[in-house]
Amino acid sequence: MSGTQEELSVSLWRGGKDGRYQTYSVPRRESQTVLDVVTFVQRHLDPTLSYRFACRVGVCGSCAMTVNGKPRWTCRTHVAKVAGGGRLEIGPLENLPVIKDLTTDMAEFFEKWQRAKGVFAPSQTRHDVIVQIRPDTPARVAADAAIECINCGVCYAGCDTVRWNSDYLGPAALTRAWTLVNDERDAGNRDRLQAVAADGGCHSCHSHQSCQELCPQTLNPTAAIAGLKRRTAAAYLKGEIKA
Amino acid sequence: MNVRLYVWQRATAALMVPLVLGHIAIIFYATRQSLTAADILSRTHGSVLWASYYGLFVAAASIHASIGVRNVLAEWSPLSDRGAGLSAIVLGLLLAALGFHAVVALVLM
Repeated sequence: MSGTQEELSVSLWRGGKDGRYQTYSVPRRESQTVLDVVTFVQRHLDPTLSYRFACRVGVCGSCAMTVNGKPRWTCRTHVAKVAGGGRLEIGPLENLPVIKDLTTDMAEFFEKWQRAKGVFAPSQTRHDVIVQIRPDTPARVAADAAIECINCGVCYAGCDTVRWNSDYLGPAALTRAWTLVNDERDAGNRDRLQAVAADGGCHSCHSHQSCQELCPQTLNPTAAIAGLKRRTAAAYLKGEIKA
Repeated sequence: MNVRLYVWQRATAALMVPLVLGHIAIIFYATRQSLTAADILSRTHGSVLWASYYGLFVAAASIHASIGVRNVLAEWSPLSDRGAGLSAIVLGLLLAALGFHAVVALVLM
């Protein structure tokens, strides 16, 4: 290990909505992640610091924070990649209510998944024969494209439309809806298309593509939302859904 | 923005693409031929074709612009969705009134 004498200047958000940044000095380590830095502060400098994490390996999606102005998954973000000039400013995710310090209330984020009908609606029962799904059909390829979403909220925090329109479902919920729209085993598409075609649905997206740029899983929510726009417009013109 | 407004905005945009290109071509033609206002009015007077062309243009632009402005007001102003919608309708009607007034002047005067 090298560079243990180096120090990082780390500003962490403390308090609720009306809190402020507080600066700490943290030893710089090799292969150090942003989550390592936050954990060091909590364990060695200030045990009252609140933050959220679980797996530490980019699977659970619970450790996202705003790092030097951009939402990132902190467990897979190396300090060397983001700490220009040895400085880090770490805050809670934007577009979500702050509970305390670096933790946000994700309830609204997940409620929007429900509003977008992001729950699989089975078309068969366990007693039916298992249907063979070919992995190379266009629909399955479209469904597979976003199946790796880890619900981290990074796209939601980085979305301008969510910032301007609190009613907007957001990239994650709409990407989940697009996955299910393309899942041939699902039977809930009419309700789902109806849900995402309403005010605050897919047509509110301005295609700024921040979600695509920021997604730690390199998914493309903008493309998924564009697909929903096409599919809902066609369904509306055919009279299958109402405005 | 919902699917109904989205379809109307995209449809009017698609309609305006050839209309805008035609309008620009007409402007180039009129300026290059050094047509005066009297020359232009003499050609458009009583023309159903010009009335239809610019009447359609005015209708499409009024609908398209008012939907866009509704979205801007809903996202960027303190107005409620209802307030933004009503403001956009007023704007659309104003644009339509001004536009159709110009079309009437073009073909009837």
